[in-house]
Amino acid sequence: MNKVKTYTISIYSENNVGLLNRISSIFLKRHINIESLTTSQSEIDDVFRFIIVVKVVEENVKKLIQQIEKQVDVIKAFYHTDEETIFQETALYKVKSSALFEERHIQNIIKESHANIVTVSPEFFVIEKTGFRNETDRLQQDLAPFGLLQFVRSGRISVTKSKMGISDLLSKFKKDN
Amino acid sequence: MLPIASLEMKTRDQIALQEAESKSMKITGAEAVIRCLLAEGVDLIYGYPGGAIMPVYDELYKFQDQLLHVLTRHEQGATHAAQGYARTSGKVGVAIATSGPGATNLVTGIADAQIDSTPMVCITGQVASHLLGSDAFQETDIIGLSTPVTKWNYQITKASEIPEIFAKAFYVAKSGRPGPVLIDITKDAQFDSFDFSYKKCLGVRSYNPVPTLDNNAVNEAAELINKAKKPFIVWGQGVILGKAEEEFKDFVEKSGIPAAWTILGLSALPTSHPLNVGMVGMHGNYGPNILTNECDLLIAIGMRFDDRVTGDLNTYAKQAKIIHFEIDPAEVNKNVNADITILADCKESLTSLIPLVEQKTHKKWIQRFDDLMKIEVKEVIDKDLRPNKEGLSMGEAIVSINKHTQGDAVIVTDVGQHQMVTCRYAEFVRSKSNVTSGGLGTMGFALPAALGAKMGAPQREVVAVIGDGGYQMTIQELGTIFQTQAAVKIVVLNNDFLGMVRQWQQLFFDKRYASTEMVNPDFVTIAKGYFLDAKRVDKRKDLDAAVAEMIASDKPYFLEVCVEKEDNVFPMIPTGASVSDIRLK
Repeated sequence: MNKVKTYTISIYSENNVGLLNRISSIFLKRHINIESLTTSQSEIDDVFRFIIVVKVVEENVKKLIQQIEKQVDVIKAFYHTDEETIFQETALYKVKSSALFEERHIQNIIKESHANIVTVSPEFFVIEKTGFRNETDRLQQDLAPFGLLQFVRSGRISVTKSKMGISDLLSKFKKDN
Repeated sequence: MLPIASLEMKTRDQIALQEAESKSMKITGAEAVIRCLLAEGVDLIYGYPGGAIMPVYDELYKFQDQLLHVLTRHEQGATHAAQGYARTSGKVGVAIATSGPGATNLVTGIADAQIDSTPMVCITGQVASHLLGSDAFQETDIIGLSTPVTKWNYQITKASEIPEIFAKAFYVAKSGRPGPVLIDITKDAQFDSFDFSYKKCLGVRSYNPVPTLDNNAVNEAAELINKAKKPFIVWGQGVILGKAEEEFKDFVEKSGIPAAWTILGLSALPTSHPLNVGMVGMHGNYGPNILTNECDLLIAIGMRFDDRVTGDLNTYAKQAKIIHFEIDPAEVNKNVNADITILADCKESLTSLIPLVEQKTHKKWIQRFDDLMKIEVKEVIDKDLRPNKEGLSMGEAIVSINKHTQGDAVIVTDVGQHQMVTCRYAEFVRSKSNVTSGGLGTMGFALPAALGAKMGAPQREVVAVIGDGGYQMTIQELGTIFQTQAAVKIVVLNNDFLGMVRQWQQLFFDKRYASTEMVNPDFVTIAKGYFLDAKRVDKRKDLDAAVAEMIASDKPYFLEVCVEKEDNVFPMIPTGASVSDIRLK
């Protein structure tokens, strides 16, 4: 209970201007750092989804969920451990094109890491790798000696193994009103 | 033939006329704001005009026979007045201001309303939408500024959004656990015209204000209550906000359980009720605090275990089972873990609980409270109310107010020593009679809040008790009181100190009185400058007559009571100490 762990917070919400500010202020007020944050459309039309990763003790993540759910524009919030979710991150790596042609080894690295080449131009090429943190990290380390022009990694995206039941919740509201 | 033809003609004319009328239902956003307020039953708002809200003020001028606007002397005063109004009337308080500094001046009152669960709708003007983000004159990001302290907020940039957003704002502000909502309206949205129609908000799909009562939890709670040997109730403002005073009294009387209040719960049960054992918390009563750590069952109703109530959480009621009646799921297990949580409106949960509770009296257990009260009377209360010093005590003034109001006044307090003394000694016979800034501890709250409280309950006597420090934070609202002639009775307990801070300096900072001594003006002259009847007393023999004269007046009245400079408020739980380590001196 008192061990700091990685938790993935999933929030289903209305897509309203200012909601991100409202949610991030909940973390700010409690001095909790956000490890990563991703927002997107969810499986339901007009419903938005936040995926926020935090490293806290379970008691804290529970309280965070309570405060998040309290927000008027939040439909439902959940927290899950890594074991309870399927999660990935995407990283992009920009490398000088000369490296691709002159260094044979780099081709092996790309192949072995199951990364994709997104684009190639005379000056540079861009590799994309989706996977766990350690996989995108390893590729970064492997490519570093060839001169990484740019590196960027997305926040975590995840789906849960269990059902979310948001559609049921929304249709129940429709029926009641 | 002719009459029929003309009839047909007329009918056709009427249709044309109706069409024209329905087209002329196009109104401006500014007028829509007023029509929304009227549709929500608002007849009184507090505010301060300025550039970005002028279109709405222009409509206020046109609608002044239906909607009274009270011009406060500072926007903060408008929020506290709206809060005072909401607290005594049970309705939503409304405050309105312009953009920029007008909006930022609302923030303290909004934060106060948020932490004390007061239903309030604040309206701010904003620069025109094409200027947003350009650092235009009097532009400020009030949505960003108010986000952490509002229950909900929204920026309107199109006139057509006004009806739906206002309906949602009022619904959110007053439903479930109430709170403040802010609506920011760009100036172009106030000017633009649109087809107006209003529909009240009945629900928001992402918002569930009142959780569904779990009857199993009620059954389990009843079982614990019926088994308990030393049960103890602590109630808060939830009882008042839930309009559950009758149900609460029935529950207390049937179960025979001693009940203590948090500062915001005060007045929900009459002071003289035999099972009302006093206040919990930092300056609460001796018995309720000590016995929190002796009871075998703690029943918390509509309260949120604030740190000023619990003291050190690690030693708070550890021996007891805890039942928490609460409407806000975010309060569950936030500070204190409950064995049973009953998430619902407490009017509903108490109604279900009462038939399951056995009729009991806990004579021996209640005797413990009586015994400890005897100690408190001897060590603290006697000295407070019947001091043998020459100077007046704050407590004496409150006793006199009790006497002349028969304990049936609305008592408004500010923050500090006078607040604790007043809440300890003021007598109440009716609910919604205690208006104070509890959670935020906002000095300057009382004077404008008293004005609002009086307007929310015009038939009642409203007495504001304020310290000399807090009084000067919003003293300009004397102007509003004079202009409205709201018959507020203002009592300043003047000890020429920021008394509570001075007390802490004495007890915990070795009497280093850093910046707590006040060189005060002549308060009576200031009040008279606002054409208010005013008096000063500094002698015991004059106190009673002065209070009597004040209460007898049917106009606003100012009374300064000069009290002992360095009196302290006891009992006291030092910060971080356990409730049972409460000090009597």
